[in-house]
Amino acid sequence: MFGLGILAGLLIVPLCGAAFILTLGEETEASKRNARWAALATTIATFLLSLVAWGRYDATTASFQLVETHAWLSETTRFKLGVDGFSMPLILLTTFLMPFCIGASWLSVNTRVKEYFVAFLVLETTMIGVFCALDLVLFYLFFEAGLIPMFLIIGIWGGKRRIYASFKFFLYTLLGSVLMLLAIMAMYWHAGTTDIPTLLHTRFPVGLQWWLWLAFFASFAVKMPMWPVHTWLPDAHVEAPTAGSVILAGILLKMGGYGFIRISLPMFPDASHAFAPMVFALSVVAIIFTSLIALMQTDIKKLIAYSSVAHMGFVTLGLFTMNEQGIQGALFLMISHGIVSGALFVCVGVVYDRMHTREIAAYGGLVKRMPLYAAAMMVFTMANVGLPGTSGFVGEFLAMMGAFRANPTVAFFSVFGIILSAGYALWLYARVIYGKLEKPNLQGILDLDLREKLIIAPLVALTIYYGVHPAPVLDTFAPSTEALMQSMRTALSNTQTAAATLPPASR
Amino acid sequence: MNAAQIVMPALGPALPELILSLGVLVLILYGAFRGERSAEGVNVGALILLVVALFAVMSQPGTKVTTLNGSFIVDNFSKVMKALILIGSAATILLSRDYFQRARIDRFEFPILLVLCTIGMLVMASANDLISLYLGLELQSLAAYVIAAFHRDNLKSTEAGLKYFVLGALSSGMLLYGASLVYGFTGTVSFPGIVAALDGTAGFGIVLGIVFVAAGVAFKMSAVPFHMWTPDVYEGSPTPVTAFFASAPKMAAVAMTVRLFIGAFPDVTAVWQQIIVFVSIASMALGSFAAIGQRSLKRLMAYSSIGNIGYALVGLAAGSQEGVRGVVIYMIIYLAMTLGAFAVLLSLRRGGEMFETVDDLSGLSRTHPVLAFCLAAMMFSLAGIPPLAGFFAKFYVFAAAIKADLVALAVIGVVTSVVGAFYYLRLVKVMYFDEPVAAYEPMPPGLRIVLALASVVVMLFWIVPAPLVGAAGAAAKSLF
Repeated sequence: MFGLGILAGLLIVPLCGAAFILTLGEETEASKRNARWAALATTIATFLLSLVAWGRYDATTASFQLVETHAWLSETTRFKLGVDGFSMPLILLTTFLMPFCIGASWLSVNTRVKEYFVAFLVLETTMIGVFCALDLVLFYLFFEAGLIPMFLIIGIWGGKRRIYASFKFFLYTLLGSVLMLLAIMAMYWHAGTTDIPTLLHTRFPVGLQWWLWLAFFASFAVKMPMWPVHTWLPDAHVEAPTAGSVILAGILLKMGGYGFIRISLPMFPDASHAFAPMVFALSVVAIIFTSLIALMQTDIKKLIAYSSVAHMGFVTLGLFTMNEQGIQGALFLMISHGIVSGALFVCVGVVYDRMHTREIAAYGGLVKRMPLYAAAMMVFTMANVGLPGTSGFVGEFLAMMGAFRANPTVAFFSVFGIILSAGYALWLYARVIYGKLEKPNLQGILDLDLREKLIIAPLVALTIYYGVHPAPVLDTFAPSTEALMQSMRTALSNTQTAAATLPPASR
Repeated sequence: MNAAQIVMPALGPALPELILSLGVLVLILYGAFRGERSAEGVNVGALILLVVALFAVMSQPGTKVTTLNGSFIVDNFSKVMKALILIGSAATILLSRDYFQRARIDRFEFPILLVLCTIGMLVMASANDLISLYLGLELQSLAAYVIAAFHRDNLKSTEAGLKYFVLGALSSGMLLYGASLVYGFTGTVSFPGIVAALDGTAGFGIVLGIVFVAAGVAFKMSAVPFHMWTPDVYEGSPTPVTAFFASAPKMAAVAMTVRLFIGAFPDVTAVWQQIIVFVSIASMALGSFAAIGQRSLKRLMAYSSIGNIGYALVGLAAGSQEGVRGVVIYMIIYLAMTLGAFAVLLSLRRGGEMFETVDDLSGLSRTHPVLAFCLAAMMFSLAGIPPLAGFFAKFYVFAAAIKADLVALAVIGVVTSVVGAFYYLRLVKVMYFDEPVAAYEPMPPGLRIVLALASVVVMLFWIVPAPLVGAAGAAAKSLF
């Protein structure tokens, strides 16, 4: 339509919804209701459209599909969109989670409703844009543009320390990203284009690769977030409204991992190989250290935030093992964590809406009054721990298997993360759900209502479905992973032969 | 001895300047005969003149033409920069009407001085030798000194005018001294002549001359370390005049600087590159850090403009065609952002009183959602956040710096832009996160027009960037 493909449609539909909501008049009960329904309709339409894209997608090849290009900055920097096995699942995850976010904010957001949903829909466009951009400048544009709506979401609808959290979130991620921008320019002057498919086949000199890798690492490590640049995440999570946390944990954190797999690993194979030990070290520290921190938290959201950092440690660990199991596991963990941590934040939101506190000590014995809630929370807690039969298990198991192949010592230490995660997650569950229902204000707490059931049930189903049948996701990743391994192996062996055949004097 | 032959020089290339010069004489006569009642008519006349001159500029051919013995040049670069200058001046008239009427200083001299200033600026953009450069500069400066003090019963405004005049005269002196050194060591004032005379080498005298010239132009651009006048003059001048100072004269000063360094000293880049790099880093750093503590919006915009000049100079420091293209794109987008921001500042009026501090923006998103949305877009754009236009401005200058191997400059630049993002974000925070104060009066139509046009450029640039990028590319190409 109008020379635009389906991916451009995915970008435009949320914007159209946002524009429509903007035209709704003064803030009255009626306009609030209209804004909510319009946002829900838009996100569902986007999800359906992404399913159409999924239907047209051929999961058996590694090449970029549904590609469309439009004139943009210049002949060498075009508005190019496309998907492959790495990005398609993440786009589906994004469009899938958005209706739940709208649903989760249905009643809890009651001021400036119009602006809230506009910000969320704009955010959706930028997130989809990151995953389908096939031009580095376009990738950067969407990567950064997401900061604006998220800054407003945290700052306007957040908790008590929302201003501090929103500034920290914005400036931290911006500082990481600007170096990536310079690296993109350097790549442009070296390769003459910012077209990602072309750059995937461009060999950068090893010395340049190191600098480029570090510049991209600065950005992706902050976004992941990796230890020690993770400190913005707990603050942002705690202060953000429920749906903001869902998106933050579910999608925004995945952009870092996506960046590694889309740019760092295939374009700078030598540097990735050289820096892998450093990434392993940071990942293991993240897994153990942030798990220990999570044990000590008194705020439910903060605990889940630290557990996210630990899980992202598994993702980076898996990615840089640079073998099939590790990468597949990391990618699967990204999808699974997107669903599970998003669902956990929804669960926190459910009790927060009732009690307006996130202190663990304020709860206890909820199972007596909220059996359905306790059951749902149980599933997500188990998935977070990585219990076999839930989606969390598949990713962590594969990532660790990859790690054993690459470096048994690293794998040995990373296993402590699993033990600790069982510790903090089960302890949290025990303190909130079990025990005696002593607190007087909890006596009248109600179980899930219809809206909450509708939100939580599909997430439970998906968590268990992907736990017992991960094949659809893994099969989608497989061709692209194989192609990536192939190109990395060739690149690394080329470098080694080149190094071996060079006379010592010229090295 | 031959009989003196007086050949009438071709005046076609200077058509926009001639239109303005003749037109302004008519306006002076009209104003002098009609007296104070003529202000409305003179304003309309000046606006029409500026628009006609804009059309004259646009209709000139894109090829390089020189006239007046080679001292006046018209090419794609001058075309683009002149268009920006004229847009800035025309927007100032739209921004100033309501303000001056309410401040009861609605005199016919303001549009006339504005047009005179504009003539000077157009000459600066077309100057192809040191004499015409100085001529344009002084015409522009003298008119600017007067309009800075235009609110003549106001202590701060007169102080601003005086301060601007004293420091401006000093800097003109430095520029003139540098120009005379260059003339003394090369024997010519024309830019192509200087290129030929230098032949790729610069002796001590030339270096000294370049340093003084650089100091003079740095003052006109309000670049560190010659920026001291900027916050005071910006704060003291009537706000529409501040908007003018932040827009059109910056375009002219940058156009003049680029043509001077690229046109007259292209083969001795090493001499001036380090000066520009230093000035650029210092401006970016001061613009970012000093603005953090500001409560006054006008002072904040002053530091913002200092920082922005620093970013534009990153492109000049590269000294390449990509660099100049970056500078031109930067100035196009900076003009839109500045005019948009000032259109919002000028509409903060309640009960006949203007509000000028950061706290007065409190909760603007509740009381005036559209206004707040536009100002927030300007602020995110100034901070360089995509997809707003300000991102592309920074993108092109830093890309040029990376190509020219000025990696340290680029890294410092992007880091200071993160620092700068803090204070731009603070304005967004005040507007969106804080509790509202009372509402302001509705926006006058002139401000609405300027804000709407500026917002369109800032917010939609990323969808169709090609025309402006192409124009800037053609402009840069004509200098090389």
